Amino acid sequence: METTGRGDDAAADRPAGALMIPERGPFDRGFWRSPLRGPWLASLISAALLPLILITALTGFFSHVAYETELTGNAIGGSDGFLAPVYRVLDWPTGWAWLYAVNQGLHIVAGFAAVPLLLAKLWAVIPKLWERPAVRSVAHAVERLSLLLLVGGALFVFVTGIFNIQIYYPWKFSFVPSHYYASFIFLGALAFHIAIKLGVMRTAFRENGVLRPLRRDLAETVAEAPSASESVATNPKPATVSRRGFVAVVGGTSVGLTVMMAGQVIGGPLRNLGVLAPRGRQYGSGPNDFQINKTATSAGVTATDAGPGWVLRVTAGDREEILTRDELLVMKQATHKLPIACVEGWTTTQTWTGVPLAALARLVGAENADELTVESLQESGSFRDASLSADQFGNSRALLALKVNGVDLSLDHGFPARVIVPALPGVHNTKWVATMTFRST
Amino acid sequence: MGHFAKIYGAGPLHLLSGVASLVVAAYAVVKIRELGAAGNVAIWFVGLIIVHDLLLLPLYSLVQAIAVRLARVDAVRALPNAPPPPRVLLTNHLRIPVFVSALLFLLFFPSILQRNDGYIGASGLAADVYLERWLALTAALFLLSGMLYAIRLGRSNAAYRAAGS
Repeated sequence: METTGRGDDAAADRPAGALMIPERGPFDRGFWRSPLRGPWLASLISAALLPLILITALTGFFSHVAYETELTGNAIGGSDGFLAPVYRVLDWPTGWAWLYAVNQGLHIVAGFAAVPLLLAKLWAVIPKLWERPAVRSVAHAVERLSLLLLVGGALFVFVTGIFNIQIYYPWKFSFVPSHYYASFIFLGALAFHIAIKLGVMRTAFRENGVLRPLRRDLAETVAEAPSASESVATNPKPATVSRRGFVAVVGGTSVGLTVMMAGQVIGGPLRNLGVLAPRGRQYGSGPNDFQINKTATSAGVTATDAGPGWVLRVTAGDREEILTRDELLVMKQATHKLPIACVEGWTTTQTWTGVPLAALARLVGAENADELTVESLQESGSFRDASLSADQFGNSRALLALKVNGVDLSLDHGFPARVIVPALPGVHNTKWVATMTFRST
Repeated sequence: MGHFAKIYGAGPLHLLSGVASLVVAAYAVVKIRELGAAGNVAIWFVGLIIVHDLLLLPLYSLVQAIAVRLARVDAVRALPNAPPPPRVLLTNHLRIPVFVSALLFLLFFPSILQRNDGYIGASGLAADVYLERWLALTAALFLLSGMLYAIRLGRSNAAYRAAGS
């Protein structure tokens, strides 16, 4: 399908009426002088970038599934529109406790690993932004419009994601739905880009070999044939780095970021590898010294709220049970070692003790309920409540945890009681639980 | 097909897949508009393209051009009555640590400059460690790069002198 992207000197010199641009500065092809730019380099980077983007896209989609947006109050960005039936059918499993940790770990690690490749790719093809004439045909106009969506979409999803995990929100929009829907724009444009550029990649690899240019040292590093693409310099400077040197630096940076982000995903002693990662830090060695998401202070929950006056209200229809913490502690306790994984791509695995959620369901005769909504003492803010599916609260390892690592939960970790469910997105494990409402639909 | 390609500039499959991708984008725009901050999303969407293509890329191209100029030194002293020594380019030993450090800054500047207002409330930790961590990483990158340069220079020098004597 590649018919418009190739260098055709006769076409390039043809005046294009109002779109005629003077051949000056970056619009002059001679302005771009790096001998490294060309379809082979762009293709090699793309071949490495594409799998990483597919991983981030798929894990992003799976995370949306894991949030079970069809349950009461779980949707963050309005309705799922025409995809709602898809999300209703897809249930996030609870059988593998580590599933959400792996999903989000992959999302963040692949996303960060992709950044150097994305920047290198944009560098490799930047002359095409300035190509003349600006529009050669209707097809070319469609391609260029789509490239605007591709580059803008890519920069938008990467920048918003990277800022989000650092809790930095310099914009006025809501992060989750904007990140989610911008990825539609990005991936739609990417699919079209792949369809029209696959031929360029195939040609570049056939003519140069996939890896052969990496064998050449600095002295042998020359530009690709100028006819191969507008991105190849017609008047190249001598190379100051070989292609393998360029690829090694980009790839090495990508591997370095992978290690850094993997540190906060895996946790334990490896967390220290996350030198600049937001969750690459240790809290200490006590039983409650592990990663906190949202302190009691920031949630507006005080020690008095969570003090001796605290009771848990469990309801199902017109049945209601009110339990003190002492009453919960004399119920049959269960202990499970479970990871808690944040959407921001960090995980911590701890040993939790408490009352199985299924036992609380039985207490109000709600064994067959369809969903459970858990509300926090926190009075306002996102994730003050979350709903669980029957699979989730019915899982034998799903707990209303009262203790962690053998001691009472700290206030920051949700004292007097918090939810902990295998493979549940971190923020759905509600802390400072005040009410539990079982519902049948 | 021939007639179509003459008017459109490519085959019908090109048009179909192009329109399909634009329809997906249009759907996303509709959903973003429902959320009520579409104008701000658009500003960021377009703004990031401008920042990358018209500011960041020209800026780092300029930085690397300067690094190439600065690094044009013959570090191995020429022997009398001998051919000039092989060049050991300082360029990459200078610009690679600059680029890696700059990329780390670009990715983590909200943490490094403590612009991440929500971090303390989210993690319960002080936010003031990242500047020194980034500086330490930068120093380590330059140190490593400098050591590699010294080793390459020493080897080249020894080989040149061995050949010349």
